[in-house]
Amino acid sequence: MTDQQHHLVEAINWNRIQDEKDVEVWNRLVNNFWLPEKVPLSNDAQSWSNLTDDERLLSMRVFTGLTLLDTIQGTVGAVSLIPDAITPHEEAVYTNIAFMESVHAKSYSSIFSTLASTKEIDEAFRWSRENTNLQRKAALIVERYDGEDPYKKKIASTLLESFLFYSGFYWPMYLSSHARLTNTADLIRLIIRDEAVHGYYIGYKYQRNLETLPEEKREELKAFTYELLFELYENEVEYTHALYDSVGLAEDVKKFLHYNANKALMNLGYEAMFPAETTNVNPAILSALSPNSDENHDFFSGSGSSYVIGKAENTEDDDWDF
Amino acid sequence: MTRGADLHHIRSAAAQGLVPTDARLIYFSSASGYTHRFVQKLALPEGQTARLPLITKEPTLEATAPFVLLTPTYGGGDGKGAVPKQVIKFLNVEGNRRLLQGVIASGNTNFNEGYCLAGYIIARKCQVPLMYKFELMGTSDDVTRVREGLEGIF
Repeated sequence: MTDQQHHLVEAINWNRIQDEKDVEVWNRLVNNFWLPEKVPLSNDAQSWSNLTDDERLLSMRVFTGLTLLDTIQGTVGAVSLIPDAITPHEEAVYTNIAFMESVHAKSYSSIFSTLASTKEIDEAFRWSRENTNLQRKAALIVERYDGEDPYKKKIASTLLESFLFYSGFYWPMYLSSHARLTNTADLIRLIIRDEAVHGYYIGYKYQRNLETLPEEKREELKAFTYELLFELYENEVEYTHALYDSVGLAEDVKKFLHYNANKALMNLGYEAMFPAETTNVNPAILSALSPNSDENHDFFSGSGSSYVIGKAENTEDDDWDF
Repeated sequence: MTRGADLHHIRSAAAQGLVPTDARLIYFSSASGYTHRFVQKLALPEGQTARLPLITKEPTLEATAPFVLLTPTYGGGDGKGAVPKQVIKFLNVEGNRRLLQGVIASGNTNFNEGYCLAGYIIARKCQVPLMYKFELMGTSDDVTRVREGLEGIF
């Protein structure tokens, strides 16, 4: 009897939904699906050969570091969230996330094989095994994935998705803002978009699960989140200096880290930690991320800023229907 | 508005399956609640804010006074579905578009050109200013600027 119950498997029914967010996010992930083959990376060959030796080495290391994070998230992280899922649809979303992380990890290999030599590639992977800061950030996250606490798994996962990638993402955004490796940057933007949905969803599920906990436990997890973020942040600062000192960009990268750390906290439902004066990201980087980000739409300030007001257009009700 | 007019209004609104509100800030927030939390942080006087129903099938609101709309942007893909369906339903009521003074949008810069796209779309379609943009549930600076901005208008 118990043995039979143990083997009872429930078929997933997408016509009976407990949490609409599961369907919404599933659809969004499916609509966002892409493969690296659709990005013409080979058009960056000329640009690649114009990079300095330091810049090429930095690129190889940045992308290998990102590969490591995507590998963890694809094969350990997203998969570790499945047993704690509340709904069968939540499980399905995690399988989508896991697969997409593997696509991301593979994308970096596409970049490598298009632009770099086998020797450069092998050296970069050796570097990723030996770099203390990279291995430390992996260890800090995997420790939670291997643990028993379902809440801490989601915290670690959201911090990985929404914070840890950004010391690496900075570099292709920087190059793109200087019209270099622009196709590679297009590919990275697709990854950045995916990570936003992943961080949002895992953070959302974390918050839903929190609702059932007593206040004391919630406070404990909040404290844990800030502690883990700070531990990761200290390591990221060292990692950032190790990577970017050779090109003199470490301070600029750190602002980007602060900005994204705040967004990671928001994805978990917590208030920003870094004050505004430390998150003033280089406008060129923000603009590489989103062309709408640097326009000033502060209508309220009355500072003569240009705000969008459409030219006359008759609005038919039908216009809105999708 | 006199009581009689008010009652008449409620009756006509009810006939269309609409719920009247004279709130100055009308907003949508999904189950994730970011926008709702932003509105809570604004700490506007009671009755000045109204949240659109979460379920699209439920009767939407009917504005009875000039208001500002606050909406999140659904990101990704080719920009399709950027404006939440619940907001579309609300703006499909002609009277609501007439009283709309401007739009505030939230989003995430990770979505590239999709960042706050819902705000751009609504501003264009309804010929109102996109007043302000912010990310996720907003920083304390965003809260201050929007609160002061709304106080300046209403």
